[in-house]
Amino acid sequence: MTSADAPRPPLLTLTGVAKTYEGGTVALSGVDAEIRRGDFVSLVGPSGCGKSTLLRIVAGLIAPSAGNVRWHTTDGARPADVGFVFQDATLMPWASVLDNVHLPLKLRGIALEKARPQLMDALARVGLADFAGAFPRELSGGMKMRVSLARALVTEPPVLLMDEPFAALDEFTREKLDDDLLDLWRSQRWTVIFVTHSIYESVYLSERVLVMGARPGRVLGEVAIGAPHPRGAAFRRSHDYADHCAAVSVALREGVRP
Amino acid sequence: MNGEDSVLSRFTRIAVPAAAGVVFLGIWEASVRLGDVPLFVLPPPSAIGASLVANFGSLMGSLWVTLRVTLMAFVLAAVGGIGLAILFSQSRRIEMALFPYAVVLQVTPVVAIAPLILIWVGYDRVELAVLILAWMVAFFPILSNTTLGLRSADHNLRDLFRLYGASRWQVLSELQLPSALPYILAGMKISGGLALIGAVVAEFVAGSGTGAGLAWRIVEAGYRLDIPRMFAALFLLSVLGITIFFSLTWVEHRLLRRWHESAVRREF
Repeated sequence: MTSADAPRPPLLTLTGVAKTYEGGTVALSGVDAEIRRGDFVSLVGPSGCGKSTLLRIVAGLIAPSAGNVRWHTTDGARPADVGFVFQDATLMPWASVLDNVHLPLKLRGIALEKARPQLMDALARVGLADFAGAFPRELSGGMKMRVSLARALVTEPPVLLMDEPFAALDEFTREKLDDDLLDLWRSQRWTVIFVTHSIYESVYLSERVLVMGARPGRVLGEVAIGAPHPRGAAFRRSHDYADHCAAVSVALREGVRP
Repeated sequence: MNGEDSVLSRFTRIAVPAAAGVVFLGIWEASVRLGDVPLFVLPPPSAIGASLVANFGSLMGSLWVTLRVTLMAFVLAAVGGIGLAILFSQSRRIEMALFPYAVVLQVTPVVAIAPLILIWVGYDRVELAVLILAWMVAFFPILSNTTLGLRSADHNLRDLFRLYGASRWQVLSELQLPSALPYILAGMKISGGLALIGAVVAEFVAGSGTGAGLAWRIVEAGYRLDIPRMFAALFLLSVLGITIFFSLTWVEHRLLRRWHESAVRREF
């Protein structure tokens, strides 16, 4: 599949979104963007460009100081089901892997026994079916991240928001998780907004890369990645990939220039 | 570490302090006997043991009185401390209003408040006064630790709960209380010891009611210069304190061993 497919309907429109924190720090100023249904969009930028802030505004965790976040849903509100993956696995250390993945359903009043098939399915999708009874501290960093991903997937959310999810992992684990994430995205057709500071990761994963600049945080430009799926090791070695990385890099550098 | 080593180390861990204790008691016994130290200055361990046996009935009765007051004060401190901390976590305003007074309660020496409490409660209900005083000493560590623990829940997890539309009650029961558990248990460990100290100090100051606690036995033995009995009561107080400490340590280990860094056994 390529980006030449029929245009998808918009899911989310951001107009003039700005955020000034108490104390006067301008995290974001005037961000316009449109996310379409089924998109895989990356937000790339240096530290302090407000990409995490933008993601949290989209999630509804913080309110923008100005501007507008419009969801193209029937009631105009954020879909009730949104998966969120943090940079840290953010697991409850006192709960087993199964109980951690159960959390979103438990908060909705679905008991463990009723949810179990769904939970095991989510764990199987991230390759952790054998670790349901383990505790987070017994797992490696990559496995913890997989649990976090399974927890985000268990409600089958139409939208997945990811805040530098694999940034703390080693290169091998990260590439493996990138591939797994792409497989899941292709089979589930969610909309993914993926925050990263890695140019390579953004190009490898996304259909569109929104390049952001700092002080104040803003969107500098957009790079479309037209490469077909499935992408794999061959894509990582291709000229196409290198060209896209160069394009994102140039867009970033232009933003850094005073 | 192989199995033999760990057995050996467990044996050594008990044997070494035990041997040190025996040596200490031996030196004590010998020096008192050889130096002709009078019984009312420093009795030898053998005399203390004999006194413990001779006064077993009355001392055990007193042990029970002290234990009961200590446990009641501890349980009430735990219930009150955790309850108030939960209330604080639900309303910043209530916390702002009440926390300073909890601190006042804590920093005012219990000995200084004792006469007042005694007057209010009445001299015919000394045991209640002792209980209140012991509670006042034991209450604060649980309150402050639980308050801190409830606030220490991971912020990203808190966001996640919000994202999934968790209710206040769900955030409290599923996130804040489990996060606070190690803090609560640490507070309880401090309070367990303080409840005993509070019970003893309060009995010193307020006197005893119908049943005399161990503190009263010590005062009484002092009046009569029955120093072996004084030591016997002191010994029982130590045993009580140690028992409380190790029971709470055991509970802590049972509850935290699977997940908290403080309780997890490392293999290397």
